[in-house]
Amino acid sequence: MFVQGNHACVLGALRAGCRFFAGYPITPSSEIMEILASELPKIGGKFIQMEDEIAAMGAVIGASLTGLKAMTATSGPGFSLKQENIGYAAMAEIPCVVVNVQRGGPSTGLPTQSSQADVQQARWGTHGDHEIIVLAPSTIPEIYTTTIWAFNYAERFRTPVILLLDEIIGHMREMLKIPPDDEIELWDRPRPECEPGDYRPYQMVDTDIPPMADFGSGYRYHVTGLCHDETGFPTNDPQIIDRVMRRLTRKISRYRDQIYRSRESNLEGSEIVLFSYGSTARAAKQAMDLLRREKLNVGLFRPVTIWPFPEEQVRKIARASRHIIVCEANMGQIVREVERISCSQTNVHLVNSMNGEPVTPSQIMEQVKEVY
Amino acid sequence: MFDYGYYLRKEKFPHIWCAGCGDGTVLKAMLRAIHNLQLSKDEVVVVSGIGCSSRTPGYVDFNTLHTTHGRALTFATGIKLSKPHLKVIVVSGDGDGTAIGGNHFIHAARRNIDITMILYNNYIYGMTGGQASPTTPLGAFASTAPYGSIESNFNVSRLAEAAGATFVARGTAYHAAQLDRLIEKGIRNKGFSLIEVIVQCPTAFGRRNRYRNTLDMLHWQKEHAVPVQVAAKMSPEEMNGKFTTGVLVDKSRPEFTDLYEQLIDRVRTPR
Repeated sequence: MFVQGNHACVLGALRAGCRFFAGYPITPSSEIMEILASELPKIGGKFIQMEDEIAAMGAVIGASLTGLKAMTATSGPGFSLKQENIGYAAMAEIPCVVVNVQRGGPSTGLPTQSSQADVQQARWGTHGDHEIIVLAPSTIPEIYTTTIWAFNYAERFRTPVILLLDEIIGHMREMLKIPPDDEIELWDRPRPECEPGDYRPYQMVDTDIPPMADFGSGYRYHVTGLCHDETGFPTNDPQIIDRVMRRLTRKISRYRDQIYRSRESNLEGSEIVLFSYGSTARAAKQAMDLLRREKLNVGLFRPVTIWPFPEEQVRKIARASRHIIVCEANMGQIVREVERISCSQTNVHLVNSMNGEPVTPSQIMEQVKEVY
Repeated sequence: MFDYGYYLRKEKFPHIWCAGCGDGTVLKAMLRAIHNLQLSKDEVVVVSGIGCSSRTPGYVDFNTLHTTHGRALTFATGIKLSKPHLKVIVVSGDGDGTAIGGNHFIHAARRNIDITMILYNNYIYGMTGGQASPTTPLGAFASTAPYGSIESNFNVSRLAEAAGATFVARGTAYHAAQLDRLIEKGIRNKGFSLIEVIVQCPTAFGRRNRYRNTLDMLHWQKEHAVPVQVAAKMSPEEMNGKFTTGVLVDKSRPEFTDLYEQLIDRVRTPR
């Protein structure tokens, strides 16, 4: 089928088992909400348009607590408004998926034009130390599968997952071939098997991810955004807080290898590596193809998992290359991370755009030829 | 003698509320109401935001959720829409419910979603140290209104009524015996219910507003509360400075999650 990126996101969400959506109208993400308003009731799922962005995030967390796979979608200003409750989901370990179809900012910015300027906000938008998973697909088929992975990660690791699209791939249309069932993996949250009386919702377990009971299923427990102990009740005990905070970080960091998703082309023997993600990676791919036709050795590393950051891969590329050229549609956000990780072992450059226009292949080719 | 212990998480006591606070009186009335309705502990969900009243869920043995400031109704909406058979009760305060959470308050009422909201109105932000709230009376003192408040206050019950709540009642901590019946009726109502409870805050409000002690504040409640039937026969001059208590609104209107289930049936059944 020939579909828009936002539509592919909906199809992926439904395939992943999403049965609850709450949202608030905002360009350029509204199609996601509109299509789900039409599709969810047909399968007995729940849809609600809330009174504001904050309310939509709250409703999603409430729904997830009852056991439903839940999602919201928004864009720039709405993403800012949702941050407090995203932190709540991180602290209380409530699975949920937040789609941000990026547009230009700050403030109202460029409502109808594309940007990748929320990539650091996606990492650090809510206050306080926390881990988070952020995914940024580049093509319409990849939006479909990455949305499924967003749900899988949210459920398995009991965490909010941010799916970063942008106006370009959100509104662009491409062919989508729906993968057969045997190519799709679906994960669910761990649920308790113990007696309700023995249940401790934030128990220190070997996996670092304690089982989560559905509200109303007979396991009565307490959930709070305050620092809490294994029983879920607030505590000020520094030792307990230390243990819980370290577990919250560890439960993502120790599973990095399961969370990393990326695409590599021609890294072997390439002295110049393009590093790009989301819609901008499409221009980087085109630039690489054209340059290679001119016999220039250029490779491409395209992370789909942006956070946790693919540190090991970047370290490897930095050791093997002369130049890394980061291509992104912002003033230079991920380039900082690449510089930090590569530790001056290679030359890091930025090719960017922040005026609503996409980064172009010729812009990238020019930079490559300058350093080649 | 009513066995409160059955519904309490006794290991979580002592509670955080100050001596003389009215919040515990409301908590007990809520438990009596739940008991009278013979609800099972597993089907009750108690949701709160941030503030003194919002600590209520921690002490009661149900599915309990302590959310972000002002947002309890949004989480509660997600829960109720997902699992309509659950009995969802929101406990909130005047600041949490009508300032930072004011938007959610009017929209939950407009939707007529089957949630019972118990709003503890103590006219002040207690937990953060006595700042003025949307219900602080004109001229009353607060830590952020050291010369007396120059803002008019919300009438919370009338706000709920105007926004479309199908059950609205007002009680006081002094009239504790009446309170459980009001909450019971609120839970029984299929739709959005508000029970506004006037509670005393001797620490943050009383101290600044010339109440000598808790008893003084309870006397004030007793003297200024007028049952709605009595108020109907009084002139506006006689009602000046007083407030009505009892069931203020009790009407019927289609409820949101019912309408949603009907919508599911409609789109699933080919015409």
